[in-house]
Amino acid sequence: MAEILRAEHLNKYFYEPEPFQVLQDISFSVNKGEFVSLVGKSGSGKSTLLYLLSTLDTKYEGNIIINDVVVTGQSQNTLAKFRNENIGFVFQFHFLLPEFTAIENVMLPALKLKKYSREQIEEMAMDKLKQMDMQSFAKKPSGKLSGGQQQRVAIARALINDPLIIMADEPTGNLDSSNTKIVFDIFQHLTRDNGNTIITVTHDPDFAHKADRIIELVDGHLAK
Amino acid sequence: MALPVNLSISKTHLLTRKKQTIVAMLGVTFGIAMFILMISFMQGVNQFLEDTMLSATPDIHIYNDVKTDFSVSVAGQYFKDSNQLVAVAHPKPKEVTLNLKNAEGIMADLKRDPQVAAISPLLSTQVFYNYGPVQLNGFIDGVNITEESRLYHLAEKMIDGKPENLLTTDNGILMGKGLADKLNVRTGDLVSLATPTGSTMRFRIVGIFQIGVGTIDNVKSYVNISAVQQLLGKDRSYITDINIKLKDNKLSKIEAANFGKKYNYVSEDWETANSSVMASNLIRDVLTYVVSITLLVVAGFGIYNIMNMTIASKLKDIAILKAQGFARRDIVQIFLSQSLVIGLLGAITGLILGFFLSYLLSRTPFPANNNFISLKYFPVIFRPGHYIFGIVFGLVTTLIAGFMPSMKASRIDPVAILRG
Ligand SMILES: Nc1ncnc2c1ncn2[C@@H]1O[C@H](COP(=O)(O)OP(=O)(O)OP(=O)(O)O)[C@@H](O)[C@H]1O
Ligand SMILES: [Mg+2]
Repeated sequence: MAEILRAEHLNKYFYEPEPFQVLQDISFSVNKGEFVSLVGKSGSGKSTLLYLLSTLDTKYEGNIIINDVVVTGQSQNTLAKFRNENIGFVFQFHFLLPEFTAIENVMLPALKLKKYSREQIEEMAMDKLKQMDMQSFAKKPSGKLSGGQQQRVAIARALINDPLIIMADEPTGNLDSSNTKIVFDIFQHLTRDNGNTIITVTHDPDFAHKADRIIELVDGHLAK
Repeated sequence: MALPVNLSISKTHLLTRKKQTIVAMLGVTFGIAMFILMISFMQGVNQFLEDTMLSATPDIHIYNDVKTDFSVSVAGQYFKDSNQLVAVAHPKPKEVTLNLKNAEGIMADLKRDPQVAAISPLLSTQVFYNYGPVQLNGFIDGVNITEESRLYHLAEKMIDGKPENLLTTDNGILMGKGLADKLNVRTGDLVSLATPTGSTMRFRIVGIFQIGVGTIDNVKSYVNISAVQQLLGKDRSYITDINIKLKDNKLSKIEAANFGKKYNYVSEDWETANSSVMASNLIRDVLTYVVSITLLVVAGFGIYNIMNMTIASKLKDIAILKAQGFARRDIVQIFLSQSLVIGLLGAITGLILGFFLSYLLSRTPFPANNNFISLKYFPVIFRPGHYIFGIVFGLVTTLIAGFMPSMKASRIDPVAILRG
């Protein structure tokens, strides 16, 4: 299988409040179409690793290669474009733009990409919302949605540009078991039938074990 | 909404903070409105003063200055000995004639100058106006009234009668309004004029004019030049001044210098003759710009503050947008366009408000209804250039005020914020 992401000897330090190495010599690779769970205790560095892989955080040692492109050391503008096209991100704290409606939030990354017309994008966004069972809240300002509803909108948004890799930080943290199942099924469908790759942090052991592979972090390094 | 995505985000931001947007906009509005009002009024005053000044001052005035030469004395000739030093203490000036020699020749030469639009010869003298028991001090200008009219548009300034009446009446006189009021005379009345040398003559009033400047209207009259020559006992070529109107009065300074050199008499342009007015015009201009720029800078700080507040409350949004692939340039665009919209709306409403206020002022009666200035309303001028300057200035101010916060926004590190 083709390799889509490779991390080589990643080291990450925080200097505030005191010097501290969060990630220690992390190397692994992920294949195209794989569904990977990232697990570990709270504070073990999962979110930090995900920010590195998503190209948002550029202050680290080591190399990250995504889809045969070395993203390490690229300019901010190049990375912004790269993220827009190739990476869908679901944050640990479901972040939406509160002044925009649910559907506008989903549409924004696609409007930025400008691959389709506004009408097409609106249709696609509605589709994604339907998948998440959120279509009836499409026109509601996202600031007025419940935590779980916001999380589902955030997932819909991560999917809109049909990215190569979806990175999710506890996407089901706020969801009940039926919605968790919906998310899992969507992820599975995306990897199996769509060829997308998913790396997701989760604390839910069931969710983790149903994935293709589990990567475990212990105090900033990979568990043996 | 068919706006590009950055602009539609910026629109949403503006609309969800209507109050702040309007407050920021009003800052610009007042700044621009005050600028328009001040500049229209100040320039109106300048224009008014320049107009009144020009209605009393020729573009160029050529005259003979009294320069008594004390270096030679008849005493030297009397003693005849060149080895003897003769000093005369406190000599009296000898009698000088103030006329322009070869005035005819100068005027003929001036007529050939393509820059010259009109030439009016003048012979002026001090007189006492006598009417009944009233005796007033003043002066008369002996002129060729046709030429003089071309210089000062006298026809428009007549309250009674016409300038040409001078030509058709023997010993006619056109009298300043203030003077006529003081003497309590009307057209048709006879006044008697006495010169300092003692000769007197009677004139019939054939018209009354008002230039609008008290210092002229209260003391001056026009008569035919020949009448003054007769009154002073001089011949027909005796002329003391030549007044010139140019086709372009901006050239006055240069031309005056030329004429001075060429004819060897004092040749003074209107700007020099009225340098105090020109200086006060300059001061008003500077004042206008200083006050307006201050107002706009204050408005600029208002926008700067509001944009900073907006960005502080939008840190999360900026981080989200960046995480989804919006580049720094996009973030700058989103926030800079907001301040530009504020600036544009503020500038446009400011121009409208400024126009409205200027219009009101131009319809407000001028309170000081005295003898020195005749002005019905506050002088205000409406010039498109001021409005263009206003809008450009408003936009530039908001652009600068919005630029720094926008750059700051674009530099935000998304990870620091997304960690929560
Ligand atoms: N900006 C920062 N400065 C200093 N230390 C930080 C910073 N961000 C995170 N850390 C520390 O780095 C470690 C890893 O944090 P991280 O958020 O990656 O953990 P996590 O595995 O995602 O935990 P959780 O499961 O609770 O989300 C923690 O000890 C945390 O305190
Ligand atoms: Mg985390």
